[in-house]
Amino acid sequence: MRIVNTKKIADTVYKMALHAGVNLTPSCLKALNEAHEIESGEAAKFAYETLLQNAKVACEKNMPVCQDTGMAVVMLEIGQEVFLEDGLLADAVNDGVRRAYSDGYFRKSVCNPITRVNTGDNTPAAIHTEIVAGDKIKITYLPKGFGSENMSKLYMLKPAQGVEGIIGAIVETVKSAGSRPCPPVYVGVGIGGSFDTCAYLAKKAITREVGEKNPDKVIAEIESEALKRINALGIGCQGFHGNTTALGVSCECAPTHIAGLPVAVNIQCHCVRCEKEII
Amino acid sequence: MIKLTLPLDKKTVKSLKAGDSVLISGTIMTARDCAHKRIFEYIKEGKKLPFELKDAIIYYAGPCPAKPGMASGSCGPTTSTRMDSFAPTLLDMGLGGMIGKGEMSGEVREAIKRNTCVYFAAIGGAGALYGNAIKKSECIAFADLLSEAVYRLEVVDFPAVVAYDCDGNSIY
Repeated sequence: MRIVNTKKIADTVYKMALHAGVNLTPSCLKALNEAHEIESGEAAKFAYETLLQNAKVACEKNMPVCQDTGMAVVMLEIGQEVFLEDGLLADAVNDGVRRAYSDGYFRKSVCNPITRVNTGDNTPAAIHTEIVAGDKIKITYLPKGFGSENMSKLYMLKPAQGVEGIIGAIVETVKSAGSRPCPPVYVGVGIGGSFDTCAYLAKKAITREVGEKNPDKVIAEIESEALKRINALGIGCQGFHGNTTALGVSCECAPTHIAGLPVAVNIQCHCVRCEKEII
Repeated sequence: MIKLTLPLDKKTVKSLKAGDSVLISGTIMTARDCAHKRIFEYIKEGKKLPFELKDAIIYYAGPCPAKPGMASGSCGPTTSTRMDSFAPTLLDMGLGGMIGKGEMSGEVREAIKRNTCVYFAAIGGAGALYGNAIKKSECIAFADLLSEAVYRLEVVDFPAVVAYDCDGNSIY
């Protein structure tokens, strides 16, 4: 058994949140640079130039790369040999988020869904835990903006719809979102599981590096075919038309029921911000 | 690149074509979801709005807090379509135009045409860059709404693209 003080988790989440709010992931920045290079549309090219300059300014001035510093999504894979001491896990995560959003001058974007009154400190975070083998804790931190989150969808397809149905659902979601979610988007897809786990798989998919293929060849083929069809839509950067509408499609898969084929499509904007740490 | 100084006269508005890249300087004001809801409560109750709407440009945005020594925190555009149900009324009341991101409804496009106004698309996700284009920021209404309050912003060389022009054309 390994004892981990929850203060350590709070401090780690704090550092991850501060860094994530300001910096795009290196794989996202690389994909944006590549999209800029191959772009032929004038307005889309102008948009890429603005975005690349913005990423530089955010880094230099240590200010949020996007003002939507998101709802904090925190995934923890906790080794079952870990014993957590000194307070509740959720309290520790929220403490890290609270301090980072204050010290980083981040926008507090969390509110009551009915009254719309802001909680004032960007908590609570959306916290997911998985118990895994070992004595380590892997933390994935994803500040999720809602311009793109709003364009996400969950489909309960019929099993007969198969791979073509899955690809169709992915492309349709991006098409109907159009210019609204800040394209070029990064598309996270959950395939299978139940209604709830399918959505979680889609969220996990966007924590993968942009461009990283699923190790399963059949799933990787769905990713590349969906990406090809999305980019043929011609929505382009910011909806200004162009060659790149998505930077990548990332699918995660799980067994499902004999009667169903759930497909969740979680849209991430071009500001991919994601941190990973192991305690 | 077209340099624009606010407020825009109708002659300038008429010269703008969807797809034009512009740099905007002058005074704009932020308002997003909650501020629009509040504005419409004021209109419904016949109360005077706490700011001048005539020829104003509303920026659909909710900034990050400003760091010490800076006028504003990061402040890029939010998705405009959520304000679709509000924009036509405000345009008919004299609003000069909006800045946001993404498509808006056909009713909004009609209202822009009807009133000879303009809708600019700022580059979504470029929050830090826009924060630096803001030289002065002051909360002028609904301070309790925090980042969703109405802020008067002085901007210099604020990059945008004409999304809907007054002839009914669209970049999308």
